[in-house]
Amino acid sequence: MRAATISPRTSADSAQPLIVARGLSKTYGAANAHQVTALKNLDFKIYDGEFVSVVGQSGCGKSTLLKVLAGLLPYSAGSIELNGKPLRGPSPEAAVVFQSPVLLPWRTVIENVLLPIEFRKLPIVDYRKKAADLLELVGLEDFAKRYPFELSGGMQQRAAIVRALVQDPRLLLMDEPFGALDAMTREQMNLELMRIWSGSRKTVFFITHSIAEAIFLSDRVIAMTTRPGTIADVISIDLPRPRDLSIINTDRFGRYAAHLHSLLDAQGGMF
Amino acid sequence: MTMRAAESGPVETAPVPSREAPLSLVRRYPQFTISPAILVALVACWWLATDVLGAPAYVVPAPEQVLRALINGLSRSPWDTGGYWYHTGVTVWEALLGLAIGSVLGAVLGFAICHWPILGRSWYPYIVGFQSLPKVALAPLMVVWFGFGLQGKVFITAVITFFPVLVNTMAGYQSVEPERIELARSCNASEWHLLSKIILPSCLPFLFAGLGVASVLAILGAVVGEFVGASAGLGMLLMQYDQQMELAPMFAVILLLAVIGFLMNYVMGMLERRYCFWAQRVNASGRP
Repeated sequence: MRAATISPRTSADSAQPLIVARGLSKTYGAANAHQVTALKNLDFKIYDGEFVSVVGQSGCGKSTLLKVLAGLLPYSAGSIELNGKPLRGPSPEAAVVFQSPVLLPWRTVIENVLLPIEFRKLPIVDYRKKAADLLELVGLEDFAKRYPFELSGGMQQRAAIVRALVQDPRLLLMDEPFGALDAMTREQMNLELMRIWSGSRKTVFFITHSIAEAIFLSDRVIAMTTRPGTIADVISIDLPRPRDLSIINTDRFGRYAAHLHSLLDAQGGMF
Repeated sequence: MTMRAAESGPVETAPVPSREAPLSLVRRYPQFTISPAILVALVACWWLATDVLGAPAYVVPAPEQVLRALINGLSRSPWDTGGYWYHTGVTVWEALLGLAIGSVLGAVLGFAICHWPILGRSWYPYIVGFQSLPKVALAPLMVVWFGFGLQGKVFITAVITFFPVLVNTMAGYQSVEPERIELARSCNASEWHLLSKIILPSCLPFLFAGLGVASVLAILGAVVGEFVGASAGLGMLLMQYDQQMELAPMFAVILLLAVIGFLMNYVMGMLERRYCFWAQRVNASGRP
């Protein structure tokens, strides 16, 4: 409801929201006392080309929300529209980046990157060039023929991002993709993701538990409450782009962070 | 950094050989130096016990007698039923056929049970019950059903090798990372692609662990089958020599069985390194 009142990043994209969720709820378990409500009555819109983050404590249902949007989990009530059509199962317009790279150890990097093309039964030959270009974009061109165990954690996650991008999805669903990386690599990956995103203008739905990461990357940040998962607030981040790491030390950044902290602290503390 | 500095400290002060110095042959190849030395020592003890200390030949035959029996048995043609090659061939053929049948059935059933949970839950009690049964107890029955020929030994070997492969396949299926399955589902993968491109390869290390156990059990199955009743095979030879109180050739056959078991295991290890080359290194970097 609140999302509708917030203007998207560029006016050209504003006509058509890519995702519209209305009254979205998800409960686990059978209809009895053991039922757990993971998501309760969520309303939000995500516009084409937008970068939207979701922050919240662990267990607030943010991963559940991503899996629902990916079509991997059925929802219990409400509705989701993706590009004007009701969402029923995984859509070819969306690609998922998981918290772990989930690279298959028996396949080389390039074979891993082309896996979605095989799954979707598309002609591999048409995508080889694209896969190579994307690997070059993330600096992995020399590692195409290597196996995942020869790559560092950050490189593996880059390969996973390329695997998502090779399908040329309109929507990138990222579930704490840098959560397992060390702080230095994480900052580097954030910058790189910014660079990739501003070049491709995909719509990104980004789950994180880091408030700073969410502010740094996003056009809008959705703050979620815990048990049941509801939307506490949606905040537009009006920081100029392109952003670099120095923006973290500005007053405006600090005010956004303080506001988000207070939203999340209100239900039992973030740290 | 600080740790490295601490490590290099004593190297500079004391004349400790640096790491670059070539390792001695013994350290580099213990399997080619120390292992043969152990064999030599064991044979020496054996020789000492029999030839020097005079352990009676009807308890332990002397090493040279065993060697003579071995050379005598192996110098015959492979078609000579008095030689070892013929019987080795029979036993190995029984073991390999049984292993092939048992492990294929075990792997297929393992996948089916995990993939269709209804099948698993309805059949599992019987499988557990059958598994608790000592399979060797079926050996006498095998003579009744199949007589003294090849089929009976293949049957018992298949039954024995079936379970380790089944159990390991099931463990493999259940240990497939859920994210791998979600990845496939998020790309609208077909059920067949999910099975062939994700689940099956993910199970390979477990499958090979099962095959490693099964390959050793296969020889056991064939020999036990031959004990119960057979007209050829190394197990039958053992029974024959036992009745004739000929210990030297008996020892020779036991040695042969050990070598066959070792080779079976070696071949399995080679296949595993070839088709499962990534498995040893997965844990190092499978997840950051």
